[in-house]
Amino acid sequence: MNKFSIEDLKKIKENYSAVFNLKEGGYRAKVIVHMGPCGVAAGANKVLKAMVDEILKANITDVIVKRSSCGGLCAREPLATVELINQPPVRYCKLNDRKAREIFREHVLRGNPVEKYALVVGCETTC
Amino acid sequence: MGAIRTNLMLCTGTGCVSSGSRKVTAALHEELKKRGLDKEIEIVLTGCNGYCAEGPVMAVYPDEVFYQKLNVEEIPKLVEEHFLKGRPYEKLMFTEPQKKSTIPLLKDIPFFKYQVSLVLRNKGMINPEKLEDYITRDGYQALAKALTEMSPEDIVKVVSDSGLRGRGGAGFPTGKKWELGLKIKSDLKFVVCNGDEGDPGAFMDRSVMEADPHAVIEGMIICGAATQSHKGYIYVRAEYPLAVKRLQIAIDLCYDAGLLGKNILDTGFDFDLEIYQGAGAFVCGEATALMRSIEGKRGMPRPKLWRSAVKGLWDKPTVLNNVETFANIPQIILNGADWYKSFGTEESAGTKVFALTGAIHNVGLVEVPMDTTLRRIIYDIGGGIKKKGRKFKAVQLGGPSGGCIPEEYLDTRVSYEDIKKSGAIVGSGGMVVMDDSNCMVNIAKFFLEFTADESCGKCVPCRVGTKVMYDMLTDISEGRGKDCDIETLEDLSHDIIESSLCGLGQSAPTPVLSTLRYFRHEYEMHIHEKWCQTGVCRDLCTFYIDATLCKGCGACMRACPSKAIAGEKKKPHAIVQCLCVHCRTCWDTCNFNSIKILPVYARNVGDAEIEKLAGALAGNQFGLNFPAAEIAEHLKVSPPLTGGD
Repeated sequence: MNKFSIEDLKKIKENYSAVFNLKEGGYRAKVIVHMGPCGVAAGANKVLKAMVDEILKANITDVIVKRSSCGGLCAREPLATVELINQPPVRYCKLNDRKAREIFREHVLRGNPVEKYALVVGCETTC
Repeated sequence: MGAIRTNLMLCTGTGCVSSGSRKVTAALHEELKKRGLDKEIEIVLTGCNGYCAEGPVMAVYPDEVFYQKLNVEEIPKLVEEHFLKGRPYEKLMFTEPQKKSTIPLLKDIPFFKYQVSLVLRNKGMINPEKLEDYITRDGYQALAKALTEMSPEDIVKVVSDSGLRGRGGAGFPTGKKWELGLKIKSDLKFVVCNGDEGDPGAFMDRSVMEADPHAVIEGMIICGAATQSHKGYIYVRAEYPLAVKRLQIAIDLCYDAGLLGKNILDTGFDFDLEIYQGAGAFVCGEATALMRSIEGKRGMPRPKLWRSAVKGLWDKPTVLNNVETFANIPQIILNGADWYKSFGTEESAGTKVFALTGAIHNVGLVEVPMDTTLRRIIYDIGGGIKKKGRKFKAVQLGGPSGGCIPEEYLDTRVSYEDIKKSGAIVGSGGMVVMDDSNCMVNIAKFFLEFTADESCGKCVPCRVGTKVMYDMLTDISEGRGKDCDIETLEDLSHDIIESSLCGLGQSAPTPVLSTLRYFRHEYEMHIHEKWCQTGVCRDLCTFYIDATLCKGCGACMRACPSKAIAGEKKKPHAIVQCLCVHCRTCWDTCNFNSIKILPVYARNVGDAEIEKLAGALAGNQFGLNFPAAEIAEHLKVSPPLTGGD
């Protein structure tokens, strides 16, 4: 990889934010599986596998699955966040393979958040 | 015949027919004919519309009005209103039930509402193994700013002004440390990150390293720039394999991208960083022992004749900070000192990450401004005590070096000063919440066992003193407590604090001192009455079923491992004392609060007496001047053994 200059940092930020923040023309949906040790211990691997499997089955390319760290609420792991374009992210808790697949079909594919598994809606960024 | 102006699509599916759509059809026909509208309005009978629950249903076109729950009585009114006067008959109109989302908003859930994420701002949002993710979240912008727009003095000034204090627990002002690190002239200087987090029940640093390793790295490079040092170490314990893995990936990515190594970001600044894996000794979290460990020597503290910023690693000036401290730095550089000061209190600025564990609902990682009260953290964010019927007893802060804070002090803010006043320490941020099923003597014993085990052995007061204290606590919890034990424990504690070299010894007696401060009566109960009222110390309790409360459900009977509970279904059960192993399982299982815990001598009294004893004791629960001996004598049982001397 080439060494970064300060301009490169800005360029990367601009180019990559379309993927990161779900802009028009990029990905339509983003699924974040929280995979800290607490999540993995509670079965986040199965959730991740289910999500990837469903994407392959549905044969779609406009959804990205991300692995991320502990979501903070270790008591309700495994957690996953589903974000559709132009919609606030919905965080689901206490997931398993079956629930993950249901969420994928209902929320990611059809756009209806699955209320019974949802923990919270919104984004907790402060800055 | 004129043109049809309106079509009425009346459902005649099975569902609607059974709820009366045929009668409605007839009534409609008749009414339309009566009003002379039958030429303009056509009734079309359709198949099932799908909304059978509210049938019979009818759609009116082209008006696009949907009627539900039609009935014969309402038809004349409907025809008059809608088809004659031309306004939809609202009474029967379908109104979409207000779609109420049951998913709460983030701001409505206390767990999220009261948190402020500065250090953990990227938690769960970025993939920690991807550099692009971090850069998109303003990563390395602070580094670029520090290297191009700021002199080392500027950086140190911003950090000083921000009021950031060491997050490892002691709360030493970070700016002061950096200032000294910059002033000292040396050919070689080091930056060390202390990721040796060893408190039982604490996992903040681990989570930061796992969730956002680049923030730590960026903070360290900025520290390097501020103190003009070019070499850094991250000391992580080998028990944190995921943290080590993610940090290593992050470091490799940084080297590839020119964010580490020679000529960082084309600014001419060099900085090298490597991970040093510790073997997991608790004492290596102490700064001087940690540096000895990196040097390849046995991890033992040394006298602090110089600050480590003067003589640290290999006797070279070393700036050593905690993981969380470094993770704060990029945000401070980017947003300025005033922004950071706007969080927290005057003396303790910013936020603190706490690992919230124990007997509460929302176990997890929380980050709050330092002016948040313990009550808010435990009851709002933590969701309160988990087990029904249990009450909050104490919160343990700061791990084995910290203390317990009881209910009365829950309105204490989590700033360094306020927590210190209450007898505990902020420490690295472990927060263990305990309900009233915990015995405080046992808690003190647990932490003393930990420190006695982890003492490096260099100073006699710590090595021997903690062991002696642990043995005394064991004696107390096993019924061999003596009258003078509490005073001896206090004396020993002060001796150990005064004569130990490092933080481990100086803080090891804190759990004992703080439990003695707030729960002295529990120690006294253990020693004088041989009574552990929580039933944790199994040699100091007798379990007894209160027949007036027992419903005879049999739950305790099934749970009892030694089959010591007898009784018929739906009739009060009783514990066979000679079989009971005092494991407290029945007490935990009972939903009716019918299992009572009596002093140890109650084991030897008969069925009739134990009942009387329980009644006499009930009025004296948790009383200090409890006439146990008199009651025992009255009941003709042998009085409790009071201490040898």
